[in-house]
Amino acid sequence: CNKNTILEPNDQVTAGAVYSTAAGYKSVLAKLYGAFALTGNNGPAGSGDIAGIDEGTSDFFRLFWCAQELPTDEAVVSWADAGLPDFHSMSWSASNTFLAGLYYRSTYQITLCNEFIRQCSDASLSSRGITGDSATMVRYYKQEARLLRAYQYWVLMDVFGNPPFSTEADALGSATPKQIDRASLYKYIMSELKDMEGSLAAPHKNEYGRADQAAAWALIARVALNAKVYTGTANWDDAVTYSKKVIDAGYSLVKDYTHLMLADNYNNTSEFILTINYDGNATQNYGGSTFMTHAPVGGSEKAAAFGIDGGWAGIRATGNLIDLFPAPTSTAFPNNGNPDTRAEYWMDGQTKAIADVSVYTNGYSMTKYRNVDVNGAMGKNINFADIDIPVFRLAEQYLIYAEATLRGGANGDASQALTYINKLRSRAYAGNGGTIAASDMTLNFLLDERGRELYWEGFRRTDLVRYDKFTDASYLWPWKGGSKNGVGVSAYRNLFPLPTADLSVNPNLKQNTGY
Amino acid sequence: ISGKILDDKQAGLAAATVRLNGATAGVRAGEDGSFKFPNLAPGRYTVLFEHVGYIPLQKEVTVTAGAATTLNVTMAVLSTSLSEIVVIGYGSERKKDVTGAIASITSKDFQQGQITTPEQLIAGKVAGVSVISNSGAPGAGSTIRIRGGASINGSNDPLIVLDGVPLNPSSIAGAANPLDLINPNDIERVDVLKDASAAAIYGNRASNGVILITTKKGQRGKPKVNFSTQLSVSQLSKEAGVLSPGEFRDYVKSHDTTAAGNFRNLLGASNTDWQKAIYRTAVSTDNNLSVSGAVGNKLPYRVSVGYTNQDGILKTSNLTRYSGDISLAPVFFDDHLKVAVNLKGAQVKQRFANEKAIGAAVSFNPTQPVYSGKNNYGSYFEYTDPSSVTGLKSNAPRNPLGLLEENRDVSDVYRTVSSVAFDYKLHFLPDLHINVNLGYDGAKGSGTQTIPAYAASNLNTYTDSNGVSYSGLSRKYRQVSNNRLMEGFLNYSKNIAALNSHVDVVGGYANQKFSNTTYNYASNFADGTLNPNSLPTYPSSINEYILTSLYGRVNWVYNDKYILTGTVRNDYSTKFAPADRSGVFSSGAFAWRINEEKFLQNNKVISNLKLRLEYGVTGNQEGIGSYDYLSDYSMGTATARYQLGQSYYYVYRPGAYYPGRTWETTTTQNIAIDYGLWGDRITGSVDYYTRKTKNLLATATQSALTNFSNQITANIGNMKDEGVEFNINAKAIDKQSIGWTMGFNITYNHNTITNLTALPGQTSSGLLIGNITGGTGNTVQINQVGASKYSFYLYQQVYDAKGKPIDGLFVDGKKDGVINQNDLHVNKSPDPKAYLGFSTDFRYKRWGAGLVARASFGNYVYNNVASYTGIQSYMLNPIGTLNNGSRTVLSGNLIGSNDKSLLSDYWLENGSFLRMDNVHLSYNLGKVIAGKGDLRISANVQNVFLVTKYQGVDPEVSSGIDNNFYPRPRTYVLGVSWSL
Repeated sequence: CNKNTILEPNDQVTAGAVYSTAAGYKSVLAKLYGAFALTGNNGPAGSGDIAGIDEGTSDFFRLFWCAQELPTDEAVVSWADAGLPDFHSMSWSASNTFLAGLYYRSTYQITLCNEFIRQCSDASLSSRGITGDSATMVRYYKQEARLLRAYQYWVLMDVFGNPPFSTEADALGSATPKQIDRASLYKYIMSELKDMEGSLAAPHKNEYGRADQAAAWALIARVALNAKVYTGTANWDDAVTYSKKVIDAGYSLVKDYTHLMLADNYNNTSEFILTINYDGNATQNYGGSTFMTHAPVGGSEKAAAFGIDGGWAGIRATGNLIDLFPAPTSTAFPNNGNPDTRAEYWMDGQTKAIADVSVYTNGYSMTKYRNVDVNGAMGKNINFADIDIPVFRLAEQYLIYAEATLRGGANGDASQALTYINKLRSRAYAGNGGTIAASDMTLNFLLDERGRELYWEGFRRTDLVRYDKFTDASYLWPWKGGSKNGVGVSAYRNLFPLPTADLSVNPNLKQNTGY
Repeated sequence: ISGKILDDKQAGLAAATVRLNGATAGVRAGEDGSFKFPNLAPGRYTVLFEHVGYIPLQKEVTVTAGAATTLNVTMAVLSTSLSEIVVIGYGSERKKDVTGAIASITSKDFQQGQITTPEQLIAGKVAGVSVISNSGAPGAGSTIRIRGGASINGSNDPLIVLDGVPLNPSSIAGAANPLDLINPNDIERVDVLKDASAAAIYGNRASNGVILITTKKGQRGKPKVNFSTQLSVSQLSKEAGVLSPGEFRDYVKSHDTTAAGNFRNLLGASNTDWQKAIYRTAVSTDNNLSVSGAVGNKLPYRVSVGYTNQDGILKTSNLTRYSGDISLAPVFFDDHLKVAVNLKGAQVKQRFANEKAIGAAVSFNPTQPVYSGKNNYGSYFEYTDPSSVTGLKSNAPRNPLGLLEENRDVSDVYRTVSSVAFDYKLHFLPDLHINVNLGYDGAKGSGTQTIPAYAASNLNTYTDSNGVSYSGLSRKYRQVSNNRLMEGFLNYSKNIAALNSHVDVVGGYANQKFSNTTYNYASNFADGTLNPNSLPTYPSSINEYILTSLYGRVNWVYNDKYILTGTVRNDYSTKFAPADRSGVFSSGAFAWRINEEKFLQNNKVISNLKLRLEYGVTGNQEGIGSYDYLSDYSMGTATARYQLGQSYYYVYRPGAYYPGRTWETTTTQNIAIDYGLWGDRITGSVDYYTRKTKNLLATATQSALTNFSNQITANIGNMKDEGVEFNINAKAIDKQSIGWTMGFNITYNHNTITNLTALPGQTSSGLLIGNITGGTGNTVQINQVGASKYSFYLYQQVYDAKGKPIDGLFVDGKKDGVINQNDLHVNKSPDPKAYLGFSTDFRYKRWGAGLVARASFGNYVYNNVASYTGIQSYMLNPIGTLNNGSRTVLSGNLIGSNDKSLLSDYWLENGSFLRMDNVHLSYNLGKVIAGKGDLRISANVQNVFLVTKYQGVDPEVSSGIDNNFYPRPRTYVLGVSWSL
């Protein structure tokens, strides 16, 4: 009667078969990392990981970028994708598709990690006959999976505050996850990272694209820097300690800032600690660096200079970001003859002022991400970018060290901090007098310096929240709160809401205040 | 009383049963058809003649004392009078004994004209059945909804059974529609099982109703030859309303505020009607030849061949079909063993037009020419930019005619649906039949798509490591499906005189295996170079599932007045995990033939009155994957690899979990009256039904961190439908030389989603659906508790005092000071509140004429063509392109740059319509060819006119979103048929 007949598909593999070899483990590990760079199993689209959102917009970095940059002074977008303009006008709702997309992207990656970690238990390995060097390798994979999970829990903690929580101890689908509050999640992330960091490969000793100890330290430093936001209690000491560990692990800045985000930036391993790897042919999607190269290009910009077929005429910066830099001296590409070479933006045909957010020519667009190599040659594919996106890079650790020291990190050294900041300044000014004195190095200077150094890399919202400048009227930018000159909005918008979709199926969840 | 029973060839009909009304016992006619009732008392008698395969006959005679009464009758073969019987699952029934909601359409009532695909034969003909063609492309399929469909994310398509073989519901690669490989000319009748009591015998797949198609068979008697040919000419019935070249120039000049004239500079000197450029007047032919008869009165046969060549009105589209059909029905062992062999095969060769050209023609700049006068890009006009990589202006639209003519997409598809059915009447117990059916539904589709290297659409799509760029496309595809059916059932049919009853019992077993194999190929560039990004992960994908079923039915007729039917079916589907496989579906129905009661027996007005009460449970498992429950890992494609170290790794992704997923079940209740007045001059029925679906196969949000997908199709939620169907058919005039018939049906259906959560007490936020063009990921519909499925979910537009929409201003429904998703509100449904069909036929001597019309009320349409193109920010596009747009830009005058503009209810229009599907005229010339046969000529016009307030091209879109679909043409058909 075929009551018990199991028909197996010929183009899928059972879990048992996948995990029968170390190579199978590696292919799943590639998915754990690949879930940062890919939106699904068919590049560029066609078999998405996340439902309920256009696949092209379901990319991790694109979603994270939208949540971190669009609500701030660093970016506006002209597109009419439902809910996207709500970021800059700070009027998002709990039904916002992009917020739900980010939430489900992060929780999806955590779910993948949980399952993988379960499959990496010593019992599983020995029962499958995976021993010796293979077993050692898989144990590294497992620690890396823990790191990736901790990273995504940090994203959830920073963006949504109080997400649902589950680990490898919770069998899939067994029960609805409990909610974890932000302070407890902070504790979990820090203890998890400190527990695993020693088990990862030493700095620079792992394959390109895989996490090593420096990645764990870099994340600890970043989380610690924001501890006061997450828990109410500062932790400047860890921020100093762990950023210093990274700095002392043999990293150095790449010589030319304008070479950071180019098609051949896989060469920047002296500065990049962990990257999301894209490839125009092998790793295709409509987010990540493809988004970062296409979305800002429009107007009179020549697509060929960006190594692409054509721009999407979407994202630009507000004048606040432009004004962090000295005035341009020319329109030379890409940094307008600016003494600060980091000032990569396009002016021709654009206005600095933004009369209408939806008009592309209002606002300068940043030209930092270009799908060409250091010699100007095109990337592999005019539709999809090769640029790898750094998750952690040395410059941020310098800035963390300086800020944590300045804010009272007991183990910090102010003169050391100044040296680090001036390393950034010297690179930016190509050695020509960009350095600052100790007296210049104020907290507000560091916030501005973070803007100059890290703009459009997904930091701004977190930084403004830490500086208490994100929601209130103490710091304004064009169209903040939906008003031309900017207005303050309610403080509850320092956190994003949990998506309505998950609230409706998980009774354990309580919505963030205000939503 | 004595006499002789003759068949239609005036030969004696053996073994007929003859009963006297009121008496329970009957006699059997002898070998020569003679019968005798000796020694009857004088008086009036009703004599009833019955014979399997013949229409029962009733005669009144008066027996006078001492005299012999002679009664010679001729019984007609059933198939010559199809309206008297009804095909049900696993057998047929006399119409008067039917208890369920079943509608039957025979070939004489089919839609006429150029009909390429069988389901269109019954469009508008049946209450409760909506058949909407998906487009005007040759061979395009239809969306068939019986009483609205019972599912949300499972399939809503009815089960289609062809000569006893349930058809494979999946599509066939290269075929516009899997049904277009069945020649409608071979179809004799279509029976639609609408409610659960009728359909429950097909339990597992019957939730959305069952359509039983019976093809034409051979008949005893001398051979009949029929040849028909028709020539049709199709034209575009209405262009999408866009700005004329003059209006466009004025609009651009008055709205381009850029100092440099960024948009004015894109205006050209030509005046082009792009829609004229892509459409054409299309000529098609359809030819059919059939021969039927019987060899030696023992082997009825019918053989037919068909040839169809249909051009579509969108340039390049064509369908060519060759079909053949052989039907044999030999009988053995003195009629005890009947074998029915049906062999049906067709080949379709199709060229698909690139339908992107339709939208491109709407929006392409009308001041630019079709051809550039230069040799590059196939000499089509294209926007160029010397600084770009390809030499083409980036993001600019491509020449619509170029899109069509540079895309060669051809397919070659074969399909056969064949069966052998054995019906053995036991020698020692002739009331018991053993039936064995073997069926096969196989198809093979393959095709290629080629785009030349010079085509603007596929320029420089790949650059290799040496910097060499490749253009164009050459790809192929192939799919093979094999579906086999094995079933056996016993049928016991008996008049039990002692109980004044007739009992009909069916019990059986069926096993159907479906198998579809898709072969995966890498594609090449135009020069034949392999595209390394297209290498498939697996050479093929095989999709298989098996359905195993046990079923039974009892039909008990008591005293010819009370009829009771019960069915039960137990199904196992391999689409579910072993523990969740079994589904039991059952039904019960009762019918009361009120007109048989004494108080109505001699009523002059009411000739038929039947009350039907029905209840049944049916299941659905279509629309979900065959292996989902396994949660296996699948490997990513070559373009979804990830770099670790110096290698790019193929990734393994775990599939979603589907814990406990099982059958969707639908419970239907039906109360109905069948009526006939004045000797059945007027007939019809009224049905009231409610239908409740539970364990809905609906997309369900998964609690984050509990599954590998945040949404799965799970058994979740409940839905309710309620409806009324009414139909009336009248024979206004019914004389030898003149006749006039009319048929009218109307259906009211209302759908409500009553629950969408797994946990009780939770409120679902609803699921967004209905993707539109414009922006990224925008949707305009929602499935939400309390609303009809696929209800529109939009912002409420604010209008000024003159009734014009105010750009970017919407009602703040939540009154919280911001306009965001919380202000979207559930509006209208794409489903009509009511729809109706009307047809009438008139004949006078050799003339015939008729028409078919359909109407739909209260169906709403989101006009995506207008919402996407009818705004200034699309026409004077900030990405630097200039486009034409919908004329609504002139009346609405919207800039439309706000992200909510696309989701405004301003674009939602009432799509109520009245469409004249067909008018036809025919004349029978008689025996003009060699003094034999009948020569008939006919003329048809299809899609005669459309009355609607809807501003787009055609409001009849099944999804409720109008987005540049292939328009339905107006078609003029001239036909000649000769039967001998």
